[in-house]
Amino acid sequence: MTSHPKNRDQTNGQSDEKVLQKDTSTDLDGEETSSSVATTRHANTKSETKTFENKELKLESGATLSPFTIAYESYGTLNADKSNAILVCHALTGDQYAASKHPVTGKEGWWEILVGPGKPIDTDKYFVLCPNVIGGCMGSTGPASINPKTGKIYGLDFPMITIGDMVKAQVHLIDSLGINQLFSVIGGSMGGMQVLQWASKYSERVFSAIPIATAARHSSQNIAFHEVGRQAVMADPEWKSGRYLEEKTNPRKGLAVARMAAHITYLSDEALHSKFGRNLQEREKVTFGFDADFQVESYLRHQGFRFVDRFDANSYLYITRAMDYFDLFAEHDGILAGAFKNTKTRFCVVSFTSDWLFPTRESRQIVHALTANAANVSFVDIESEKGHDAFLLNEPEMISAIKGFISAGAKQKGLSASANKKGLS
Amino acid sequence: MSNNQERINNPHSIRHDHLIIKSMISPNARVLDIGCGDGALLELLRQEKNIDGRGIEINQKNVNHAVAKGLSVIQGDADRDLVNYPDKSFDYAVLSLTIQATKNPKLVLEQLLRIADYAIVSFPNFGHWKIRWQILAFGRMPVTDKLPEQWYDTPNIHFCTVKDFATLCKNINTKVEEAISINGYGKELSDDIPLFMHNLLGRESVFLLSKKK
Repeated sequence: MTSHPKNRDQTNGQSDEKVLQKDTSTDLDGEETSSSVATTRHANTKSETKTFENKELKLESGATLSPFTIAYESYGTLNADKSNAILVCHALTGDQYAASKHPVTGKEGWWEILVGPGKPIDTDKYFVLCPNVIGGCMGSTGPASINPKTGKIYGLDFPMITIGDMVKAQVHLIDSLGINQLFSVIGGSMGGMQVLQWASKYSERVFSAIPIATAARHSSQNIAFHEVGRQAVMADPEWKSGRYLEEKTNPRKGLAVARMAAHITYLSDEALHSKFGRNLQEREKVTFGFDADFQVESYLRHQGFRFVDRFDANSYLYITRAMDYFDLFAEHDGILAGAFKNTKTRFCVVSFTSDWLFPTRESRQIVHALTANAANVSFVDIESEKGHDAFLLNEPEMISAIKGFISAGAKQKGLSASANKKGLS
Repeated sequence: MSNNQERINNPHSIRHDHLIIKSMISPNARVLDIGCGDGALLELLRQEKNIDGRGIEINQKNVNHAVAKGLSVIQGDADRDLVNYPDKSFDYAVLSLTIQATKNPKLVLEQLLRIADYAIVSFPNFGHWKIRWQILAFGRMPVTDKLPEQWYDTPNIHFCTVKDFATLCKNINTKVEEAISINGYGKELSDDIPLFMHNLLGRESVFLLSKKK
């Protein structure tokens, strides 16, 4: 499945106006690169779908992505001194539609509880950027994109990417917008890994960081679950060694099974019990067969099949691998405190009591590493029975903590309520 | 004394030991408040002394309140988490009405003086005459309006008297820079009054400590 901004424009069905800007910026290695920004403005939403193209991205593996594209949504207005930008990083199966309608599913944005006018991440006050990660399938360069060297879809020829590469690509993006320092970087789960990577590698460009329900390295258990998911995809005969797009097949079943297994890890025993218990699905008694007798089975099947409509199987393989490779401990000789040496960034670490995928103790490790640097850190462990998914849900204590943290930061940085009167539009 | 004046101006809203602690802290200091509750002291110090403040609090609800107010507070435990802080990373480490609830007060005190140049400790004085009287007259563990829990459900497991505390400071080579107590009527007893009077009349005491050179 490919999904590019073009497709999205059609699904939106509104009178869109396209703007193409050319501009020059300096890349990470100090070389001048030319980048182009294609802007699509939706007539009746406040978000903008944009793509950013750059000449090349040198990857951690040693390979180079050339050229590469980042598709992103932006909300609000960048102020004159470009000091009010908040970067929202999405999770494994997330995308750039944090606070705008999803073009494929038609659902509202995945983080509208936090992002929007008057919300803690107030789009009336801040310029909010949400990019699709490199390796993703919603317009950023990924395994479903065309390999310029062969003219064919990358498939498994797509180079292995890391969380570090995703963030490096985002650095190019904010460079192209002339943003020197992000007011805040926020994200949950894999989004939280990107936040930690930003704060560790580019700390002077991050005024405040909000890593939620995440860890500084992917645990053995989590790698194990990811491996189950990948094997499910690859075991589907329609996967065709990753060349399903050319073969006009679709490993739907494999990807759906991967999603079903993963989905269990996003919930909790308590949440499943209170939501479904042993309730039967539209029947009085069990059928003595392998039909979805139980509501929980039916729910998981639904989750699995809904997912394949919007996600690319190879992207799933690549992005899960990127998470597996993430290890800020190893990058600093086993001592996490080394990742945040003398950091000036303000941190707000958030975890949830029933999250067993990224348990509280892993957030506490981050907090300990930060306190070892006498960093400015807040840490809230939110009591919830919703499991890992809680970071996407209406958890009032999470919302009030983030709101308090962001407004205190704004005060410290001297961002006024009318910060976006003038600026980029 | 100026603290008394402030206390009269704010008879209910601000805890008296907080006002005394505030008087001991210099402007723009880096302050770590251990057992900071919902951040009342940090907020007071931020507003009136422009401090760079951090807090540790064991109760999660309190932490969430403090963070929602924009304070830098983490959920943690004085007994367990102080070891993570680097040496001399703060000007003041404050332990207000918390030391009696720690498992190892001596170790916590040593940690405070490792992390910060000055430690400020406030604690309920078990040598106060009313408490002595309760034990003497009724033969039961004291229950007061400030210490309302029964012996079996109190989080306060290490009570001490002013004299006990002063002895501990001496034993761990710590200098008492200043000691102020609050008597049963909310009046302050300053340094000029001999220690045994603090021990008898002080309901709460606040000690400003530094490491002996």
